[in-house]
Amino acid sequence: MTDIREVTVDELKHLVSERAAQGETMLLNMGPQHPSTHGVLRLLLELDGEIVVSCIPDIGFLHTGVEKNMEAKNYQQAEVMTDRLDYLHPIGNNLVYCMAVEKLCDLDVPPRAQAIRVILAELTRLGSHLIWLGTSALDLAAMSVFLYTMREREKILDIFELVSGQRMMTTYLRPGGLWRDVPVEFEEAVYKFIDHMPSQVDEYQDLLDQNELFIDRTKGVSVIKSEEAVRWGITGPVLRAGGMAYDLRKALPYSTYEQYDFDIPTRTEGDIYARYAVRVDEMRESLKIIRQALNKLPLGPVRSNNRKYVPPPRSELGVSMEALIHHFKLWTEGFTPPVGSVYAAVESPRGELGVFMESDGSAKPYRVHYRTPTFANLQIMPLLTRGYFVADVVAAIGSIDIVLGDADR
Amino acid sequence: MIGEVILEALWKGIAVLLFLTAGFAYLTLFERRVLARFQVRLGPNRAGPFGLFQPVADAFKLIFKEELIPSYADKVLFVLAPIITVIPSLIVLAVVPFGGPINLFGKMVNSYVADVNVGILYISAVTSISVYGITLAGWSSNNKYATMGGLRSTAQMISYEIAMGFCFIVPVLLAGSMSLVDIVQHQNETMWYIFMQPGAAVILFITMLAEVNRAPFDMPEAEQELTAGYHSEYSGMKFALFFMAEYIKVIAVSVIFVTLFLGGYHFPFVDQIPVIGPYMGPVVMLAKTMVMLFIIVWIRSTLPRIRYDRLMAFGWKILFPLALLSVLVTAVVVLLV
Repeated sequence: MTDIREVTVDELKHLVSERAAQGETMLLNMGPQHPSTHGVLRLLLELDGEIVVSCIPDIGFLHTGVEKNMEAKNYQQAEVMTDRLDYLHPIGNNLVYCMAVEKLCDLDVPPRAQAIRVILAELTRLGSHLIWLGTSALDLAAMSVFLYTMREREKILDIFELVSGQRMMTTYLRPGGLWRDVPVEFEEAVYKFIDHMPSQVDEYQDLLDQNELFIDRTKGVSVIKSEEAVRWGITGPVLRAGGMAYDLRKALPYSTYEQYDFDIPTRTEGDIYARYAVRVDEMRESLKIIRQALNKLPLGPVRSNNRKYVPPPRSELGVSMEALIHHFKLWTEGFTPPVGSVYAAVESPRGELGVFMESDGSAKPYRVHYRTPTFANLQIMPLLTRGYFVADVVAAIGSIDIVLGDADR
Repeated sequence: MIGEVILEALWKGIAVLLFLTAGFAYLTLFERRVLARFQVRLGPNRAGPFGLFQPVADAFKLIFKEELIPSYADKVLFVLAPIITVIPSLIVLAVVPFGGPINLFGKMVNSYVADVNVGILYISAVTSISVYGITLAGWSSNNKYATMGGLRSTAQMISYEIAMGFCFIVPVLLAGSMSLVDIVQHQNETMWYIFMQPGAAVILFITMLAEVNRAPFDMPEAEQELTAGYHSEYSGMKFALFFMAEYIKVIAVSVIFVTLFLGGYHFPFVDQIPVIGPYMGPVVMLAKTMVMLFIIVWIRSTLPRIRYDRLMAFGWKILFPLALLSVLVTAVVVLLV
């Protein structure tokens, strides 16, 4: 337990073929400082010329100890750290954390808060897909797409700034609702964005869809079908590109997703192009969801009225003794959920993002464990790259859309 | 007499060298500004008006950078490689005419450094040398990425040079001469070769991009896969030499393309402008070269990189037969007409 055991080279020899030891194949260390490993992923490639014989992903370079740290914070404080996990999907991380706490405490969430959660979660998904589209096109050296997608993502971040004052690490969603109601300009800003966005998606597709070089680099490369993907625990667009229409928003609706009418884009080919097509279609579906949610955005409170878990409004503090006590208790020791354990999951842009939370009845979680899509999806890297070219490794990394903050908690 | 000839060749050589080095500096700026426009950015605009001093700033930065030589590198080759790469790109334009004969201070001067009667052979010979520099750079760095970049470029340049060579033959057949001066003259008398042989012109353009490692054929330095390819380990001025060689080669191939297929320094009616007409040759040449450079940057901003195996297949299975065919067709037509 206390000893740090060093791994010797001999113990790792089974990972590469015999030919590597004899010097017939080349071992190439790709990353953690490499422009195309999307952060600090390290890949040990065994190459026969330009062809990949084996690929060993190595993670842990971005390990931050967030899960362990959460055990030392109370429930309100721990939420702030969830933003930092999957840094391209901060609101979704908040959402799944809040859902777990709400399940643990049996907290209600008002309908207006649910609708705003959906809007913001879908905007986050769009933002994440935009980053993915830009960077994975950049991996294939189609450099202009990257700047076009960053331009649109900026508008999403502006909306986040409008509602929460923060551009990325918002912590805007709170157990029992939202931090506060959205400002009056919110609806207009989002309408403006979703009116404008479809033409932008068309622009990306114009650059890539019919581009002979792009098709050549992506079609039939790094294929994984759904049957195989399920065995590896793959979720998200990588799974749907292989033919299985599994999306938690439909399969296990949360946050009133069942009220909205949208499709799950799927493809059957399972190659890089299929993953690209699925994600681009998902961007359009997200816009559809946002529009529906905005059109019937209910009025009303945005926080639960359960004072044991949710602080009372500031206006009550001066007139109600009870409110003052609740406020004091919540801000000094936090709230204490009942003993028990829950699992909550959302569909992140990368797949199923789940939280397992165990409470021992104190104000701090006993254990918080994240089931992160990147961690599971990274397993298939060896499968996706074996027998392909070095250039395809880069394309494959891009196509499974990894975020290392998501893999190393 | 002989002293005068040497002197003339010397100052013209220096003029071409200065044109190329200054052109290199401002091509980097041109590329960055144009690319920025394509990508809804502004590009470098801080140093001087329109960022015109940016290349100066870059040069100063690179000169003052520390020169690193990896301890396991082959030191002689490591230093030699950038020099081998840059020299051919500097001397390749010696045979290209930049204008008609000009009256300079009462003396008629030809606007080329040398009128070699095997001008085209000279070009293809000189451009082939620079591949050694890149291969040696990749090999001597003792870095796996650099080695792969060096190997890729060797394979790429060799396979595209053949198709390029065949495309060179087409203007030679049409003009009946290997001298670039004669080729430009003949185009002036008939029409631009791009209208006579568009196929060969397109193939030449593609092979040129591959020859100078520009997108979408920038395989050897594929940033996303090989970090920086053959010049991964280079820094300071040695890196700048590679950079310089690449950009000068881009200018050189654009000039060569303009000379071979776009009528060189001629443009309809420009010669007939009174007084300045005879001096307009270099200006026309520059304008045509700028158009070519713009197209090259445009391609870079739009297209993804082609994969290495496809690149080889494309070179050998598509471009090579097509180039051969265009030579055949040209030869038959020239023979019959």
